[in-house]
Amino acid sequence: MSDVIVVGAGVVGAACAYYAARAGLDVTVIDRGPVAGGTTGSGEGNVLVSDKEPGPELELAVLSNRLWRSLAERHGGNGGFEFEAKGGLVVAETPEVQERLADLAAEQAAKHDVEHTLVPAGSLRDYEPHLAGDLAGGVHYPQDAQVQPMLAAAALLGHGARSYGRGTLRLRLGAAVTGFTRSSGRVTGVRTTQGDVRGGAVINAAGTWGGEVAALAGADLPILPRRGFILVTEPLPEPLIRHKVYTAAYVTNVASDSAGLETSAVVEGTPAGTVLIGASRERVGFDRTTSVPVLARLAGQAVALFPALREVRAIRSYCGFRPYCPDHLPVIGADPRVPGLYHACGHEGAGIGLAPATGHLLAQLVAGQEPDLDLSPFRPGRFSEEDQ
Amino acid sequence: MTYDLVVIGGGPAGVAGALTAARAGLRVALVDSGARLGGQYFRHSAVPGAEPGLGRFLRQGRALGERADVLLRHQAWSAAREPDGTLVVHCVTRSSSAPGGGAGERTVAVRARRLLIATGAYDRPLPFPGWDLPGVLTAGGAQALLKGSGVVAGRRIVVSGTGPFLLPVACGLAGAGARVLGVFEAGVGLGLVRQPLLALDKAGEAVRYAVGLARHRVPYRTRQAVVAAHGEREVEAVTVARLDKAWNVLATRVVECDTVAAGYGFVPQIELGTQLGCETRHDVDGSPVLSVDAAQRTTVPGVWAAGEPTGVGGWRLSELEGRIAGLAIVAGHGTAPRTAPAPSTDAAAGPRGDLTTARAPAPGGDPAAAAGRPGEQEMPGEPEVPGELEMPGELEMPGEPGEPGVPVVPGVLVRRRARWRAFGEALQRAYPVEPGWQGWLRDDTLVCRCEEVPLARVREAQDLGATDARSVKLLARPGMGWCQGRICGYAVSCLAGEPPRPPRRPIAQPVTLGALSESGEASDRAPADDPPPHPNPRRSS
Ligand SMILES: Cc1cc2nc3c(=O)[nH]c(=O)nc-3n(C[C@H](O)[C@H](O)[C@H](O)COP(=O)(O)OP(=O)(O)OC[C@H]3O[C@@H](n4cnc5c(N)ncnc54)[C@H](O)[C@@H]3O)c2cc1C
Ligand SMILES: Cc1cc2nc3c(=O)[nH]c(=O)nc-3n(C[C@H](O)[C@H](O)[C@H](O)COP(=O)(O)OP(=O)(O)OC[C@H]3O[C@@H](n4cnc5c(N)ncnc54)[C@H](O)[C@@H]3O)c2cc1C
Repeated sequence: MSDVIVVGAGVVGAACAYYAARAGLDVTVIDRGPVAGGTTGSGEGNVLVSDKEPGPELELAVLSNRLWRSLAERHGGNGGFEFEAKGGLVVAETPEVQERLADLAAEQAAKHDVEHTLVPAGSLRDYEPHLAGDLAGGVHYPQDAQVQPMLAAAALLGHGARSYGRGTLRLRLGAAVTGFTRSSGRVTGVRTTQGDVRGGAVINAAGTWGGEVAALAGADLPILPRRGFILVTEPLPEPLIRHKVYTAAYVTNVASDSAGLETSAVVEGTPAGTVLIGASRERVGFDRTTSVPVLARLAGQAVALFPALREVRAIRSYCGFRPYCPDHLPVIGADPRVPGLYHACGHEGAGIGLAPATGHLLAQLVAGQEPDLDLSPFRPGRFSEEDQ
Repeated sequence: MTYDLVVIGGGPAGVAGALTAARAGLRVALVDSGARLGGQYFRHSAVPGAEPGLGRFLRQGRALGERADVLLRHQAWSAAREPDGTLVVHCVTRSSSAPGGGAGERTVAVRARRLLIATGAYDRPLPFPGWDLPGVLTAGGAQALLKGSGVVAGRRIVVSGTGPFLLPVACGLAGAGARVLGVFEAGVGLGLVRQPLLALDKAGEAVRYAVGLARHRVPYRTRQAVVAAHGEREVEAVTVARLDKAWNVLATRVVECDTVAAGYGFVPQIELGTQLGCETRHDVDGSPVLSVDAAQRTTVPGVWAAGEPTGVGGWRLSELEGRIAGLAIVAGHGTAPRTAPAPSTDAAAGPRGDLTTARAPAPGGDPAAAAGRPGEQEMPGEPEVPGELEMPGELEMPGEPGEPGVPVVPGVLVRRRARWRAFGEALQRAYPVEPGWQGWLRDDTLVCRCEEVPLARVREAQDLGATDARSVKLLARPGMGWCQGRICGYAVSCLAGEPPRPPRRPIAQPVTLGALSESGEASDRAPADDPPPHPNPRRSS
């Protein structure tokens, strides 16, 4: 019997397992599929502080950014997951937008110590030589970074098993959780397609399916899919793009409540030489059908930012389903309705970035310590009426 | 303009389907990425002049050119449905003579009420040490070399793999002046006679090729295969191994050569169908293929498939299926495309599992046979030019779903198709890929050549928790490169211990971002308005 069962071997579940093992707990990670087969396998690896408004999510992001760095250092420099502290560059199309970007950056700095440099139009090409010439300026965020999400999940599980767990971080793949076992109200484990697994606590890290897993325990958790498409280009012989570069519109789209399609180019190079172009946001359920208009729009926005991309070929595209909650905040903490059940899901478009902080704080909670951050904005009960 | 039918693929299936529909008066467009019609078989004629059916195919192609818009050098990268139900095929073309064409690529959207997917298949290679050396080709790639004669003459070529389609390749190469040092068939080879169905007609062809090989003194060896290629900058020699039943190496020898043509079966090209949401099934050899009913309808309304995307069985089967699809499309023309998905094929449900068309013929008094030509021999034989056979009056409209036995398609065609399909399945059964090939690989053998992923990295990914092919790809990158897993996908599935899954390729062919950005224009009415750019996320709403 384990101290903790983690449901979900995505990046969030992997981080929970890693930090729990590091805290000396026995961990079993269960996934119905392989490691990183969920949304972690169909996103990008941006670890951003630049795109978040001041508030609890940014606080979480700043902590997480620091943790990603120390994880990378601790495990061989790039962590085994291609950590790159490449920095982000947000660009503005008009002087008015540039002004508002500057205001936002000032506020992020004042409240959360987020570092930035204002970049006047004339200096943009010092950062990105191939940027379009008609931009009004931008803001450089040196803390923004990148990881390879699938490797990150796999590496955290591996590090957790090898470095801390003394063999106590176990992985059960191909086992779907179908229910919970309980004793006098308290969760004592999970039922799976491969038999029951017993544990002292269960962490629901099932991402976009976190609502379904919660429902198995009779708890309501409003987590829904928000579709996103990514375009991937052919590998370029020379890196064309150094930072992750995106337009100001991205920031509003992230926080938008619109169900309709929103796109804004986020363009970045990867170590493999390809350029990733994200990201669209739509609420269309779990519909995988390719939308040519969405891809066309992403391509158009990328070419507008980097005209040199016009003749570069897109060779593939994929889509994923971000797990979102109505208030766009993740769910992190103990479920007051189901003793023994914890949640770590609903990170929407920032689950890669927020994974280490989520795992770290939850491991503190499960181990009976005081978490480093106030988790109340993320509490699982916040959607129910009793909580209002 | 919106066509009645757009056909993707100009091989025997696509041309037969397009011509059948065009002859009946439908407005038809056919797109193909090649510079000529013909597809895998007729474009690269292996035995120039002597190819059975080639002359007839060329006549069909000419007839099609007079009646339909044939868009060559058009590569379809997406098939989608627009909000009003129209099907749209997005293509890229480089033809600079076309209006608006300049240096770069253009994108062309072809719209139609119905779509026929006839995109054929491509070679299924297996990796082996040295297969990334210049000079190692797929069987189809070697066949393509024949186009420019002189490219081949004087070469010392080894042909290896499994399946009867190695024979025409070897014959063609030998006939064009290459020295074919051997055909190494990893399986049991000309076991055609042991398969009663195969003995019927196909044996004639096999004998022809056997004679051809004998004339050129090409040794044909079964239970042998090329298991490694050697050379500094290009192939200089190969290791040929004697294999046991499971393809484990028993003994080896080195053969000097400068070219290797290898092929281990085919991968049906179905991603345009899966983009549209067509259901798939696994063919006998494990390949995912599109499920179709007796009328070649996929499970997506308005979308038909013919030829190798529904299962590989040679050009005659492809042509028959194309023709049947054409007839069914003609018969249904004028009626609105059905909105409910067609019943999916269940192999156990009888011939193609559909009730709206001819059923299995009862010996003697078969009502469906009346629609065919009386006295038509039922054995697989040379199908006729589409449209020559049937008088328009012999076609009947399709019945309602569930109403049995109203023939859309002459029963004789349906029966021929059943024969050829059985033949194709028997071939797949007779030439399976055995697992021993995995033992030919070394740790540093590249599994994916585009991303240069060696076997060791695949194994590492599995240690990290990749339990299926997709997660192996996510963790180790095989299949993420230029070919999107077309070359390595089968091998990676085998290494991951699962049958190949239907492809997810939202972009079926590379397309420049410039061309892609223009593809949205015509259908830009669909997406909702973008919110105005606003850098401050604290929105009032
Ligand atoms: C297009 C796109 C781009 C993105 N870009 C970024 C980015 O740049 N930066 C960033 O930080 N985030 C990004 N995201 C978001 C990020 O990918 C997600 O927030 C994150 O992957 C969520 O991780 P997770 O571990 O919570 O969920 P998942 O990775 O989905 O893991 C959940 C796991 O739970 C398993 N599971 C579910 N139900 C059960 C069950 N009943 N039994 C057993 N197992 C179960 C699933 O199999 C799955 O493996 C992006 C998302 C998309 C779609
Ligand atoms: C090496 C080799 C030897 C063979 N020998 C024989 C033989 O001896 N006898 C025999 O019966 N069969 C043989 N075959 C099989 C033969 O190729 C097929 O039976 C036949 O060509 C199938 O016809 P089809 O119309 O289904 O597909 P194909 O003939 O392959 O036609 C498909 C067409 O679709 C086009 N296409 C595909 N995707 C796209 C796209 N996205 N956009 C635009 N166009 C596209 C292709 O360019 C191609 O022209 C051989 C095959 C190979 C590879």
